[in-house]
Amino acid sequence: MQLTTLLFVLLLLSSLAYYFGRKRAVSVSGGEVKDLHSRPGYYGFYTVLWCLLPSLLVFSSWLAMEGQIVTQLVVQDLPEQIRTLPDSQLSLVINDIKNTANGSIVSGKVNSDIEAAVSHYKSLYNTSRAALAVLVLLVAIIGLSISLKKISPSQRARNAVENILKYLLIACSTIAIFTTIGIVLSVLFEAIRFFQMIPPIDFLFGLNWSPQTAIRADQVGSSGSFGAIPLFTGTMLISFIALLVAVPIGLMAAIYLSEYANSKVRAVVKPLLEVLAGIPTVVYGFFAALTVAPLFREFGTSWGLEISSESALVTGLVMGVMIIPFVSSLSDDVINAVPQAMRDGSYGLGATQSETIRRVIIPAALPGIVGGVLLAASRAIGETMIVVMAAGLAANLTANPLEAVTTVTVQIVTLLVGDQEFDSAKTLAAFALGLMLFVTTLFLNVIALHVVRKYREQYE
Amino acid sequence: MVDTIITQGQTDVIGAMDNSEIDNPAEVESKAITHRDARDTVGEPFSKDPRMTCRNVNVFYGEKQAIHDVSLDIGANEVIAMIGPSGCGKSTFLRCLNRMNDTVDSCRVEGNIHMNNDDIYNKSMDVVLLRARVGMVFQKPNPFPKSIYDNIAYGPRIHGLTKNKVELDEVVESSLKRAGLWTEVKDRLDQPGTGLSGGQQQRLCIARAIAVSPDVILMDEPCSALDPIATAHIEDLIDELRQNFTIAIVTHSMQQAARVSQRTAYFHLGYLIEVGQTDQVFTNPKHQLTEDYITGRFG
Ligand SMILES: Nc1ncnc2c1ncn2[C@@H]1O[C@H](COP(=O)(O)OP(=O)(O)O)[C@@H](O)[C@H]1O
Ligand SMILES: [Mg+2]
Repeated sequence: MQLTTLLFVLLLLSSLAYYFGRKRAVSVSGGEVKDLHSRPGYYGFYTVLWCLLPSLLVFSSWLAMEGQIVTQLVVQDLPEQIRTLPDSQLSLVINDIKNTANGSIVSGKVNSDIEAAVSHYKSLYNTSRAALAVLVLLVAIIGLSISLKKISPSQRARNAVENILKYLLIACSTIAIFTTIGIVLSVLFEAIRFFQMIPPIDFLFGLNWSPQTAIRADQVGSSGSFGAIPLFTGTMLISFIALLVAVPIGLMAAIYLSEYANSKVRAVVKPLLEVLAGIPTVVYGFFAALTVAPLFREFGTSWGLEISSESALVTGLVMGVMIIPFVSSLSDDVINAVPQAMRDGSYGLGATQSETIRRVIIPAALPGIVGGVLLAASRAIGETMIVVMAAGLAANLTANPLEAVTTVTVQIVTLLVGDQEFDSAKTLAAFALGLMLFVTTLFLNVIALHVVRKYREQYE
Repeated sequence: MVDTIITQGQTDVIGAMDNSEIDNPAEVESKAITHRDARDTVGEPFSKDPRMTCRNVNVFYGEKQAIHDVSLDIGANEVIAMIGPSGCGKSTFLRCLNRMNDTVDSCRVEGNIHMNNDDIYNKSMDVVLLRARVGMVFQKPNPFPKSIYDNIAYGPRIHGLTKNKVELDEVVESSLKRAGLWTEVKDRLDQPGTGLSGGQQQRLCIARAIAVSPDVILMDEPCSALDPIATAHIEDLIDELRQNFTIAIVTHSMQQAARVSQRTAYFHLGYLIEVGQTDQVFTNPKHQLTEDYITGRFG
């Protein structure tokens, strides 16, 4: 049976379960529905959950284990000389078997041993699927009948359903948390491997970044240098320029929208501003590289300025435009959250609109605005696509925005793009950079959230 | 003009006597009370020494008319109380007096309002200066999220009333003293105004209004968010402030109106129904609606 068919049957079964659960609840109540502890629908849901949850659990754990068990069985039946091959070659053979079974391209010639194994593999697989279908449906039906049996007027179906729902929600949120932890750990372990090759001090405080290691030890530049300072200064320079653009423009746009614009203008302008956040970053990237950069170059030449075509300035400007909506919509929210009573109090004392904004509204909203700016900053620091396309690759240690700089994210991309061996310092350096980037943005986010939350408490 | 209105009131009485809807014509006749359907102002809306004069004021929110043809004087150094059921337009009328209604987009004000012979709705009138002369205290205490000192100093600073820090300190101190708050806060002027109790916050707001030395102070239900002790405090304060300021206070408490005001104006559904000396309005109302309200028949 196909997996989708199986799932479909399960779904069908659970709708039947709802129907039966409900019906049984009504019938055990003897027509007096109000004598039931919960409304009949809850008994229906209760039956559905009993029918669905255990069977889905069986379903997913079966699928998780199936692959390994089947492979193990296939390996056991392989001829002696293949079974005793070294691990790496054995896994190649196993891959071949799997690929042949799935009809994909294989690396070696298919001999009769392999063919036998393939058919064995296929038959095992089919058996497994059939067994799965029977088992799952059995569990579902057992769950259904047990729960139907348990239905009685005094049974607290509502509480049970609410409880199960709560655990489902908890499970969903834990998945998100565990994913984050998983990502952090994987980056962390690779980074640790990197730091075993390159001392952390050299990495954190080194002023020279050239990760290209020669393939043979006797070639020039056989050891790369991994000083991350030029990358971080590049990131900081570009992010700083971006914030220099985004903070004033975003803030003033927010002030205009929340204090001056009437509702019609607001209804049009606010979504338009937020469109900026919806433009794919790759589009910003070629906008920066193909439109803005040549423009600045020409403009610079006419003023006798040498502007690199991959300058930090252009990249920062375009990135700044991209994060305007982050600043403006968050600031707009916090400015709107300043109570009307504050404005009335100020106007009532004879303050003008701009005095009120400057002296009352901005100070009151400041923590929230700072929170928005920090979030925008962490966005700018982690931004990849624009810098990959518009910023350079040369790791210059400079504060001049007209020169080309490179960023942490650009380097991570260039280190990992293409075929790489995963045990060289060059590749592992990407994980170390990723870890540092993660720590930086995490730090910024934590501060931002803390500041925003503190602000929220102020008027409640 | 006062005469005309009274005459009109009497015509209404005659009209009312013809009307079969009256419960007890004899009683109406004996007190010569204006029938509850009449909407012309009875009593004495005008004052010999007016600080502000309002003539035929109409206020609209979009299409909806919230104030109908109200004429009223606010006399110098008096406390005038505005009472009436909620939604009758007391706040709307009060907010006309310092043009706070300008901040509401849909709001339109017609008629004449003068202050010391200046038309406050004239184009040449500077709203900033008007609001410096007509201060306002709101229903809910709304200190700025700044220090106590900065709250009081806010008005003097934006209007440039003081030349240096010493003068500003003096203004802050005297305002707090006049608002009866000085002894309570003099040691913590640098702490946030939002950290004070509700009653203290409201007195802070009064001090903040006093600090720009206005002629008139408008108060919109200043005690409705306060407990009885804080309320008594504010009422005493209003009585003291009368020496130097003209005060118009909206209140939903008739006892409060009776305690703090010299004149009382009763509003009903956007109409000014009756104005008079406070004791007269409460003991001997001339309009059936006023009587119904103060005897608690609705409200
Ligand atoms: N901003 C506004 N927009 C539209 N209508 C309003 C607004 N403020 C008040 N109103 C209306 O005007 C009338 C008078 O309101 P208000 O002056 O607040 O009454 P009061 O202060 O006596 O309770 C009410 O019917 C109210 O619904
Ligand atoms: Mg009101």
